[in-house]
Amino acid sequence: MGGCKDSGSTTEMGSGDHAPPTGFSERIPIYDFDKLESKYLKINSSETYIINFWATWCQPCVKELPAFEKLYSQYQNQGVHLVLVSLDFPDKLETGVIPFVEKHDLKGEVVLLDDPDANTWIPKVSESWSGAIPATILLKNGTRQFYEQSFTYESLEKEVQNLLKR
Amino acid sequence: MKKSFLVTTIVLIAFLGFNSFKCNEANESAGYLIGDAVSDFKLKNVNDTFVSLSDFPDAKGFIVIFSCNTCPYAMASEDRIIALDAEFKPKGFPVIAINPNNPEAQPADSFEKMKQKASEKGFTFPYLYDDTHSVYATFGAKKTPHVYLLHKEQGKNIVKYIGAIDDNVRDADGVKDRFLANALYELLEGKEVTVKETKAIGCGIKS
Repeated sequence: MGGCKDSGSTTEMGSGDHAPPTGFSERIPIYDFDKLESKYLKINSSETYIINFWATWCQPCVKELPAFEKLYSQYQNQGVHLVLVSLDFPDKLETGVIPFVEKHDLKGEVVLLDDPDANTWIPKVSESWSGAIPATILLKNGTRQFYEQSFTYESLEKEVQNLLKR
Repeated sequence: MKKSFLVTTIVLIAFLGFNSFKCNEANESAGYLIGDAVSDFKLKNVNDTFVSLSDFPDAKGFIVIFSCNTCPYAMASEDRIIALDAEFKPKGFPVIAINPNNPEAQPADSFEKMKQKASEKGFTFPYLYDDTHSVYATFGAKKTPHVYLLHKEQGKNIVKYIGAIDDNVRDADGVKDRFLANALYELLEGKEVTVKETKAIGCGIKS
């Protein structure tokens, strides 16, 4: 059980990203919101970051994941990055998230956000976010675009292409 | 004066138009805001009777919670919802739970499965089926669980609080701030609710 009591120490694991991967749990770091924010949400780069909030139990999230993966595979060489932020409960990392990532062979970077105080961090992602998932951020040059919606491949590609033109 | 009002309006419309274009459907159905009066509804309960807010003439208000059978966040909240009903129904604020999900999108949220859930968990409150998937849209609920606290004022049910039950959906023992209960205590003391809106992660409503 990786309960929330452990979140302090498991958060530290995040800084061990460069340790040799011995298993998926090493490759799926658990972050609190501050860590997630500093590592991804504040990136100021000319490359494009797609940051998708999802969970294995969220049907519409699971349904749209192939579109994100396909887009990532086709646009990776144009400087597009994909970060899949799982909101699964941390005790489901081993039994739910890792088997899911393995089964679907996800290529995007998967991280688990373990931060129970959602009322504090949801508005930091976007003031307009109700907290429903799926939700997605597109990030380029330090500017975030936030979407509380499901994407198809076409609708996602359109948004990404618009960003790539800038 | 009139002219500047017109200009402001045009600018506002242009701004809103641009925004809704940019954000797609995110902000289209706003639903109820704090201070709005709620329209009554008539929905089928798990005991096959119909329930409306007007069926509770003695209630001081209502804890309306959009919830469902399947969402892990809703399931993690079930015991807390039962406890809220036990604490606040005697004080005049009964819980009314509403399942907004379409069983065609989520078969385990069917009316039959709702009956099963209510009986297994021993729900002490109405668990209503939003069969036309319209009541949640009128409220503007986006996810499960999603709470609307209503206070009866001059015969109208006024929205006093929108959001989460507390600050830790996952772990009842880790709760530091009981947002909804605090709002209820304030209403019961005749005070204004201080924290009127909170955010929580939830399952998008499957309609």
